[in-house]
Amino acid sequence: MSFFKSIFEKPWNYQGDDPNFGGSEIAQGLHPKRIALRMFLAVVFVIFMLFIVAYFIRMELDDWSPMPESNLLWVNSLLLFICSVIMQWTRGAAKKGGAQSVKYGMVAAGIFTLAFVYGQVSAWEEMNNAGYYLASNPANSFFYVLTGLHGLHILGGLWVWTRSTFKVLSGAEVKAVKLSVELCSVYWHFLLLVWLVIFALLSYT
Amino acid sequence: MSYIPIADQKDEMHDPHSFIAKYVWSMDHKVIAIQYGTIAVAVGLVALALSALMRLQLGYPDTFAFIDPAEYYQYVTMHGMIMVVYLLTALFLGGFGNYLIPLQIGARDMVFPFLNMLSVWVYLLSVIILMASFFVSGGPTGAGWTLYPPQAITEGTPGADMGIILMLASLAVFIVAFTMGGLNYVTTVLQARTHGMTLMRMPLSVWGIFVATILGLFAFPALFVSAIMMSFDKLLGTSFFMPAMVSIGETLDHTGGSPVLFQHLFWFFGHPEVYIVALPAFGLVSDVLSCHARKNIFGYRMMVWAIVAIGGLSFIVWAHHMYVSGMNPYFGFFFAFTTLIIAVPTAIKVYNWVLTLWEGNIRLTVPMLFACGFIFTFLHGGLTGIFLGNVTVDLPLSDTYFVIAHFHMVMGVSPVMVLFASIYHWFPKMSGKMFNVTLGKIHFWATFFGTYAIYLPMHYLGFLGVPRRYYSMGTTEFLPESANTLNANITMAAIWVAVFQLVFIFNIIWSLWKGKKCDGNPWEATSLEWQTPENPPAHGNWGPELPTVYRWAYEYSVPGVKADFVPQNIAPEDVETTDGKPYIGHED
Repeated sequence: MSFFKSIFEKPWNYQGDDPNFGGSEIAQGLHPKRIALRMFLAVVFVIFMLFIVAYFIRMELDDWSPMPESNLLWVNSLLLFICSVIMQWTRGAAKKGGAQSVKYGMVAAGIFTLAFVYGQVSAWEEMNNAGYYLASNPANSFFYVLTGLHGLHILGGLWVWTRSTFKVLSGAEVKAVKLSVELCSVYWHFLLLVWLVIFALLSYT
Repeated sequence: MSYIPIADQKDEMHDPHSFIAKYVWSMDHKVIAIQYGTIAVAVGLVALALSALMRLQLGYPDTFAFIDPAEYYQYVTMHGMIMVVYLLTALFLGGFGNYLIPLQIGARDMVFPFLNMLSVWVYLLSVIILMASFFVSGGPTGAGWTLYPPQAITEGTPGADMGIILMLASLAVFIVAFTMGGLNYVTTVLQARTHGMTLMRMPLSVWGIFVATILGLFAFPALFVSAIMMSFDKLLGTSFFMPAMVSIGETLDHTGGSPVLFQHLFWFFGHPEVYIVALPAFGLVSDVLSCHARKNIFGYRMMVWAIVAIGGLSFIVWAHHMYVSGMNPYFGFFFAFTTLIIAVPTAIKVYNWVLTLWEGNIRLTVPMLFACGFIFTFLHGGLTGIFLGNVTVDLPLSDTYFVIAHFHMVMGVSPVMVLFASIYHWFPKMSGKMFNVTLGKIHFWATFFGTYAIYLPMHYLGFLGVPRRYYSMGTTEFLPESANTLNANITMAAIWVAVFQLVFIFNIIWSLWKGKKCDGNPWEATSLEWQTPENPPAHGNWGPELPTVYRWAYEYSVPGVKADFVPQNIAPEDVETTDGKPYIGHED
């Protein structure tokens, strides 16, 4: 790891007068937006991880009674998985420069994402109609909070998606949107992973 | 190319022209830094006033009719929260982070200027929400700055209606603002360093701010998560933290929630928060000490590693704030152990500061006075921390003034000493004017002796068993009358210190208006921010070409060189030597 190598440098010694010595050696080739997105995902990861830790601690207490599983969640998982696949495909298309494919890919991914959000809201309704209200049991509270927070992150992603898709549809060059398509795909994969963890947690406990 | 050209592109610039674009909706990191700083100092003055009110009540109970118990607890809570989060965190990272990172690593600006601007305005929003809680019915929350449930959201606690909701909302908004700024600082340090600026050539200020920002990015989520869950408990009747309980004769709807869960989440944020404040302070004070002692910082690599080590350790010590929550003794043993380990890298830093002063050519300027003051107060507060890190010592002392004294020495006075040192040190760069030195010295001595007069007696009161969190002592048999006299004395000292902060405010405002103009490098410092073509630096910082860095930031009093400092960006062939030979540096 060059980070560890570089913190063993002895900066007080004469190090040659190559003016290009050093600089951003550990981040080379990564666009600042890529780094910022990864840092952001790490922060989001910590948020979900803390909720999950809290879930396990709270689960041990007496008043916990698990919720039934909704089959709708399997359908939603499939929808979100399809989004991720389409995003990945679009990313490949953007790399090759296929403007038409990027257009279709972005729009399709958006439609499936909206379907996922709709599916999640329907799952809430289903639970609510069956009498599993937010406040009636901590298991329910965690179900609504975790799915809600995940949904909010999806909506945040859709905001970025809207901007890039708008650019694509208004005829911007593929080069101009390549990076944002790539970042969208990374974000979608991440949220798929988070969702799978949440889903597994809700199903098995 | 081994550097990223983004910092070098002219078209990344956004030269503002109108007054509003320049000073209000500005994307320039220097303006944003000053906006952050101004807001933080303004809200800090509110917290200072609150502490004076608290002290009046404690020193002279039954004298001030307008302070009732509920208000007293509101003062305590708001004072704590404002000082820790909205003043210290915002001023160190939002203020000095924003100002110094691009200038010290040789960048034109932060890598995401728009996000940076958004960060400061969202921060202002969080401050407004917080201040709004003074004006809602029931007033601000009085739950103590740790906001422990169940009492924080249960009727009977001051501000349990609107106050606590606004507090939680404000914290959530603050965390959003911090995350926007934090992503920027980290990415800028990693990405926008100029030619030759390796990680190990960065001044320690940047290291401290960099590591503290990473801590903040990973610690604030814990506060965010607990704020969300507590808001649900309060507003939607869930039972994440709220146990089944009877309140004022009424059985509440909550069922078996876990208040201790909140404590864990809160302190998982709360302890790193101490270092989010301390690490930038460590970094800034290192640069001030080295510059005014005309000596390289002692053990630079050790200083960097200590910052990183303290940052890592700070995530596994949180439960030492919870010894009194009735934990498993083995659990307490583990956290006492990790807590005491932190003393090692911290002691290394203190030794290195002292050794930097050793045989230095010390210039007792105002920033240097404050930096030396910091070494005293930090050492003092750090040593009492070793007492409290032990479970058996902490248990009897936990609810006494001893904790107040420890905490304020280590987390109150010492970071504030660094803040003053840094403000005085970088004021000539920020404004292009010199402050009044006499007023600065008066400010230092009054603050230094004044804060000791406040906190030193508190250790003694703590040993006597004077309880903290009390509105007034009443008649307490185990306390001698002298304890009350001492409390009155502390109040006098507190008022004294508070009044002398006005000298500082006056000095800054007066110097901005009438101060003597100074050149770009009045302290003869080596780091890049002092080498800008204009003073204060213009938009884009460096003129047409970025500086090239040839060495670290601590080349002071080098043998064989005419001047007693060699700036980072002077090419070796341009350094004037006593023997006329080219200067190539040294080998250890």
